[in-house]
Amino acid sequence: MDMEAQRFLWEGAIPLQIHLHESEVTTLPSPPPALILAPRIGYLPLLASHLKPYFSSALPPGVDTIWFEYKGLPLKWFIPTGVLFDLLCAEPERPWNLTVHFRGYPGNILIPCEGEDSIKWSFINSLKEAAYIINGNCKNVMNMSQPDQVELWRSVLNGNLEAYQRVSSKLKLGAVGEMNSSSPRSGSNMGEIDVSGQVKPGRVPVRLYVWNVNEDFDELEDAPPIDSWDKLSYINRPVEIQGGGSYFTLHDAVKSLLPDYFVDKSLINAEALTVGGDDEQRVSSEDASDDTRVEEEVETSCDDHIKACYEYEEPEIKLVRIQGIEPKLEIPFSWVANNLMHPEHFLHICVYLKVPQVNNSMS
Amino acid sequence: MEVLLWDGTLSSHDFHVAARAFTENWKQFNPTLPPWIWVPSRLSEQGYLSLEKICIVGSSKEHEQKDVDEEEPEPVDNATLVETSSPQVCYYDFHILYSDSYRVPVLYFRAYCIDGQPLAWDEIEKVLPACSAKVLLESKWTFITQEEHPHLNRPWYKLHPCGTSEWMKLLFLGDESLAKKGVAFEQYLVSWLSVVGQVVGLRIPFEMLNHHKSCN
Repeated sequence: MDMEAQRFLWEGAIPLQIHLHESEVTTLPSPPPALILAPRIGYLPLLASHLKPYFSSALPPGVDTIWFEYKGLPLKWFIPTGVLFDLLCAEPERPWNLTVHFRGYPGNILIPCEGEDSIKWSFINSLKEAAYIINGNCKNVMNMSQPDQVELWRSVLNGNLEAYQRVSSKLKLGAVGEMNSSSPRSGSNMGEIDVSGQVKPGRVPVRLYVWNVNEDFDELEDAPPIDSWDKLSYINRPVEIQGGGSYFTLHDAVKSLLPDYFVDKSLINAEALTVGGDDEQRVSSEDASDDTRVEEEVETSCDDHIKACYEYEEPEIKLVRIQGIEPKLEIPFSWVANNLMHPEHFLHICVYLKVPQVNNSMS
Repeated sequence: MEVLLWDGTLSSHDFHVAARAFTENWKQFNPTLPPWIWVPSRLSEQGYLSLEKICIVGSSKEHEQKDVDEEEPEPVDNATLVETSSPQVCYYDFHILYSDSYRVPVLYFRAYCIDGQPLAWDEIEKVLPACSAKVLLESKWTFITQEEHPHLNRPWYKLHPCGTSEWMKLLFLGDESLAKKGVAFEQYLVSWLSVVGQVVGLRIPFEMLNHHKSCN
């Protein structure tokens, strides 16, 4: 992996200005907001060790459970801080004004957070999932020694890239698109693609956050705030990189994750031609009456697709943001995957989609 | 596909096929119970299976032991309701989602009292079968955890799927009729739920498991 790109990411931080929620202020004057630099790859509740002492004298008596909100939206603690910022601040706000709570945890909206342990295990479980996607099993993560597990987590906590690489290299989660993960680097930024332009097939762990923008706006600063998680769609699906000579871009990857929005027209025509034949075969070989219904539905949905294809106006991708960067959509996806992934080996992609109103029924 | 060459996973399309077969099968063998319903997803073509408001009467650990000792013949329609004298009554919602990462089904559930009040985790723990309670003690963070329901954006309990493909393969290999026939995805969810359901006390009638054999 490109060390330089990784170092930039690991050093990435967001200046936060954190206000204690007014309902929890018991002193006059109320405490001034806390200014803190939060690592992009970190998680908000990990700031508790700084924020608790800072605000403790102003708090009412009770048990502390820390949580954050931005413009009334409770923030999910298991999403890395940088991803929350990229997703929720259409126009980056610096410092980012967040509100902290120590009481009244919204357990109906947020999954419980039992301090650092919850975050560590959310991280490890994500790493396990990524390992499964990449290698087809998660043995290397499951069999990690206790000291290695501790060191790996510590390295993320402390932003220690060298320590992280020492331990994570043992997990053998080779880079995407490289013919042999142990082969020496070519030195170029496009090292994942060998001289013949061949890309090794593989699965890339991706978490995609999609905001369907209905309102029309030209500038990101005019984007309306996201006041509910229900306005966002979350897609946790690996991107399949097909092997062969084809050049697979970030744009291709995003479209492949949103098949309902970006209908592959060449595929549809091919499907329409073959579906009929397939049906006959399958119905005749299986006499269960259920199957007939399945096939009928397959056919109708296919018809719908074809219809949609004729009337279809593709949605506009207003924004693709990864690690605070808005990369050109034409760059090779393997470069993005290898250089912009998070320490748990997932690539977190934020997408703003402007869906034409005509196609409301699809959203 | 031959079972020997199979890795225990299924594609999202196979999951869809399996889900349809399973809901029909369930209706046939559990006419008195609520049906599993396919809930389409808002964004992608994927959806999930849902069985809601299932009443499971909590069984204390002592009582379970007694069940085994007595070896009572089980009544025919004992599909999900575990009759015990324990007073703790709670309702479960079960959702079966497809995991694109692990390429297997994943069970999500939540539990609440008769008045709709959600059960706290320590209360659910008390209702869980004894075997699950033991595993929970050993692996607090990797067995059942509260996670976000990917379609509903709300906290649900989730059974971790990382070992599923391996034991599903073993299950199919161990069943002579399944092994002979090749991988029949129509049978996948019944076999899967017969294992996963035990964790939360959701039982499947024996006839349902044997259904595929009589079909051959």
